[in-house]
Amino acid sequence: MNHWHFILGAYGVTLLVVVVEVLAVRARRRAAARTAAASAPAPGARPGTSVRGA
Amino acid sequence: MAFNWFKLSSPASFYPVAGALIPWFAIGAAILAAIGLWLGFGVAPTDFQQGEVYRIIFIHVPSAWLSMFLYVVMAFWGALALGFGTRLSGMMAQAIAPTGALMTFIALWTGSLWGRPTWGTYWAWDARMTSELILLFLYLGIIALRQAIGDPRRADRACAVLSIVGVVNIPIIYFSVKWWNTLHQGASVKLTGSSMETTMLAGMLVMSFAFWFYSIAAVLARLRAIVLERERDAAWVAGLPEVRAAAGGPG
Amino acid sequence: MGGEALPTVAAATHATGDGAIAGVRWALARDLKLAFRSRAELGVQLLFYVIVVTLFPLATTPERNLLSTMGPGVLWVAALLASLLSLPRLFATDHADGTLEQIALSPYALEALVSGKILAHWLTTGLPVVLLAPLLGQQYYMEGESLTVLTTGLLIGTPILSLLGAIGAALTLGLRGGGGLLALLILPLYVPVLIFGAGAVDAVRAGLGATANLSLLGAGLALAVVGAPFAAAAAVRIALD
Repeated sequence: MNHWHFILGAYGVTLLVVVVEVLAVRARRRAAARTAAASAPAPGARPGTSVRGA
Repeated sequence: MAFNWFKLSSPASFYPVAGALIPWFAIGAAILAAIGLWLGFGVAPTDFQQGEVYRIIFIHVPSAWLSMFLYVVMAFWGALALGFGTRLSGMMAQAIAPTGALMTFIALWTGSLWGRPTWGTYWAWDARMTSELILLFLYLGIIALRQAIGDPRRADRACAVLSIVGVVNIPIIYFSVKWWNTLHQGASVKLTGSSMETTMLAGMLVMSFAFWFYSIAAVLARLRAIVLERERDAAWVAGLPEVRAAAGGPG
Repeated sequence: MGGEALPTVAAATHATGDGAIAGVRWALARDLKLAFRSRAELGVQLLFYVIVVTLFPLATTPERNLLSTMGPGVLWVAALLASLLSLPRLFATDHADGTLEQIALSPYALEALVSGKILAHWLTTGLPVVLLAPLLGQQYYMEGESLTVLTTGLLIGTPILSLLGAIGAALTLGLRGGGGLLALLILPLYVPVLIFGAGAVDAVRAGLGATANLSLLGAGLALAVVGAPFAAAAAVRIALD
């Protein structure tokens, strides 16, 4: 019994999900960078998070 | 030379560390996957009962393990967020949920496709598959709760409580589903043969590590996006090259 | 909202009795009085339970054997749904007019107050379901030991539904998508209760005896009684911050 189409469906969809996740996370980061660029004040205008703080 | 781990506990200091780690885990995942698939398809023999179809196991089992492991890790970071109130802990928990949900989906999908040629049906109310389905609902609940709460701090803490309650319940749910399943079915339906070849086991283990490395990379990448979203008003964010580039462009 | 007979929040703030029991009693008395004032709403929720139970045979079959097999499951699922329907009442009304915050500030431990509220919720929502079960079970041709085990299971299980449900109700306080979100959060947690409760009746019918299932339910109740008030109180604090 080979049932290659089941194997293909399993591996194929997994690959698809991985690709979609990677692309989605990248898009999310780009969008976040854009929003940050739009809303952030000029550098130095507001003290940022100190390295010590949490 | 002692390393002060607490230095990393702020979003600002962890952001570049995460960025440096991601490529290593991504490449590691790719290499491990290559080895795992070689073991799975090139070395492991054809199964006596199931033929070639059993090879779905090299995705099904690793993704199932990861789906459960990620939930526990997410609950751990949630507990830290509740206990210490650190923003980064909450962000970590937030970053894990979608990857965990996708792992659960992959486990269910591959399990279903494996079930069709072996059991004759896409769904058979097997104890493990049913528990996995409920796990998916638990993940979706956490994601939905996160979306519904506007304030990130309240969301961190509410999702932490929910994931801790979930983590306590997962063994109970699994136990109850197994109970229900064995009472209603004579022999338990097992997906694998009675014993597993060493090469099959090896392939499964390597693929599990591959999935684990991939999850780390995906979670860290999402974490970076979340940090940018939640810390967007901070000055250190404004100074980042990717944010400067976005500001320099149109709009 | 305060009436002459209602234990007012102000009274609680000046309370001299301390300890968990007093807190439980205070919240229990208050919530029971409030519930009694909206008995119509309680009646409606109970009616919902009855109607859902009636729908299933209409959608499937009046055939005796099939119904008696389905019966426990249907009654249990309906109990779950009825619980979900009534849960928002637990905290939302108090939250909407600011009373919940005052309650949280009272000298009684929030865990004790939450326990009192949960007890009141069960008495007004779960207990009626338990009392109706023997009647409704007969619609499904259930009798004798099956009916007893069903009712006992519901007696042990419905408090668990209230306890777990309180956590969900507190987490979703004031959020959009309320009812659906609450259901999504709570129903997976309800699954073991459903399995052991309905499974107890199946076990009896299979000749295996219900002791194991009911004991597990009892253990679940013990765990929920100890853990849920803390989780729910934590969730209330998170919602109020």
